[in-house]
Amino acid sequence: MLELQAINTGYGRAQVLRDLSLTVNSGEILCLLGRNGAGKTTTMQAIMGLLPLMSGSIMLDGQNVSKLPPHEVPRAGIGYIPQGRRLFAGLTVAQNLEIGLRARKSGPDTLDEVLTLFPRLRERYRQRAQTLSGGEQQMLATARALCLRPKALLLDEPTEGLQPSMIEAIRQVIVKMRDAGVAILLVEQRVDAVLSVADRVAFIENGQGGEVLPAQALRDDHSIVERYIGV
Amino acid sequence: MDLGPYLILASLEGAVTAAVLALTAVGLSLVFGVMRVVNIAHGEFFMLGAVIAWWIAHSMGGHPAIGFAVALVVAPLIVGVIAVLADMTILKRVNYDPERTIVATIGLLYIIQQLTLMTYGPEARPVEAPFNTRLAIPWFEHGENGWQMIWPWGLGTTSYKLAVIGAAAGVLLGVWILMTRTRAGLVMRATQADRDMALAFGIPVEKVYALVFGLGAALAALAAVLIVPIQQAHYLMGADPLLLSFIVVIIGGLGSLPGTVLAAVLIGLSDGIISVFFSPTLAKILATLLVGLVLVFRPQGLFGTRHS
Repeated sequence: MLELQAINTGYGRAQVLRDLSLTVNSGEILCLLGRNGAGKTTTMQAIMGLLPLMSGSIMLDGQNVSKLPPHEVPRAGIGYIPQGRRLFAGLTVAQNLEIGLRARKSGPDTLDEVLTLFPRLRERYRQRAQTLSGGEQQMLATARALCLRPKALLLDEPTEGLQPSMIEAIRQVIVKMRDAGVAILLVEQRVDAVLSVADRVAFIENGQGGEVLPAQALRDDHSIVERYIGV
Repeated sequence: MDLGPYLILASLEGAVTAAVLALTAVGLSLVFGVMRVVNIAHGEFFMLGAVIAWWIAHSMGGHPAIGFAVALVVAPLIVGVIAVLADMTILKRVNYDPERTIVATIGLLYIIQQLTLMTYGPEARPVEAPFNTRLAIPWFEHGENGWQMIWPWGLGTTSYKLAVIGAAAGVLLGVWILMTRTRAGLVMRATQADRDMALAFGIPVEKVYALVFGLGAALAALAAVLIVPIQQAHYLMGADPLLLSFIVVIIGGLGSLPGTVLAAVLIGLSDGIISVFFSPTLAKILATLLVGLVLVFRPQGLFGTRHS
């Protein structure tokens, strides 16, 4: 279970998140919805320790990860799939995965499992990351995070710019991870894509937490989304 | 004697310059590549290497080869440790901010330089080479009896100079293996590619930075230990290697090791040849002109990749 308890953070003196609280249960997909600039990516960076907290705390299964230095946060069991994929350019598929494996000293069996989820990566194993197609890069970014055997997974716009078949492949893996008991925090612009996988939806507005609703409620009444996102 | 023998002599001198320059510049390039830090104090780490080498060779008795061998190992180690400490106490405190690190390393430059002047003094002191056999180089000339081999006067080199070229090539090969074939290299390249993602995947970036800064300084110190039997140790000797290293790193492409080595060979050889046939000043003028042209027409350097 991943818990954000009234966190405040920002860039330098510009505060972005104000007293934001969120709970992502294990085996659940919580989707964070909000307008551009509402603080979705900032939330993820704060969880990873890449932005220092002004106050509040972040708990993972009872452990206070916001007290850890940034490089210890992933070691506690949080996998991050950032927006824009941000693979290690110049490194091969194999080397990108090795970095992921080493973070929590996962063994070759983890690598095998991950490559079974993404058989395409096995074919491209010795290729440099930047020579992959967009969809393959997203697969690699996801696989790299899964190599940590994470307890919690953060996905920032994982289907951005992908073709439908790739979106479906990524979606299936996310659902599989949920069923394996991983706590999943998902940021996604495309509301339809969200509603098909999310268990609960949390709204965020100007860095402050809004309503948290079961996804079913939004599927039934689409006007709630429009009230927050205002498309 | 015609042009040929002069050209060989100039190329050999240039090759020694190139070898030492390649080592120094690769150190600078590593630090810039991984840490995005411009280290103005790099030349002083070079100088420290030479001064510590003299100090070790001077305080050890026996055959000069013993003192030199110890210096070859110990001087880069000491300089590396000093650099690691400088990183942890200074660069980390200014958050590796590009502008502030430039100012901080300028300060470091003067501190190291003036401390050396206060302790070691203003003299230039030689370190004896471990071996220094003169090797004559033959030349072929068309004489009365057809082609014959002659030994032109003054055409020769020393076994030590050849050893410097060999040792530098060996160390560069080692650095290349470290970067491409080992786990430490993998971690360094991941940090170079994306610092935040490296952190997000459990790489202790601060530790990597400290070690890379130490490694870069140790390479400069090693280059200085190799050159000090030819050049002598002096507290101001760091300026030239710093300037040439920057020239080489810019021409080769910031952060690209193969580009840095190639540019070092290019600059080193042309420096040697132009210095022999024309003047050392002209060599520096042309090298600086080349930097200008590279910056205008190919800002990312010969082998660099453009960052979007």
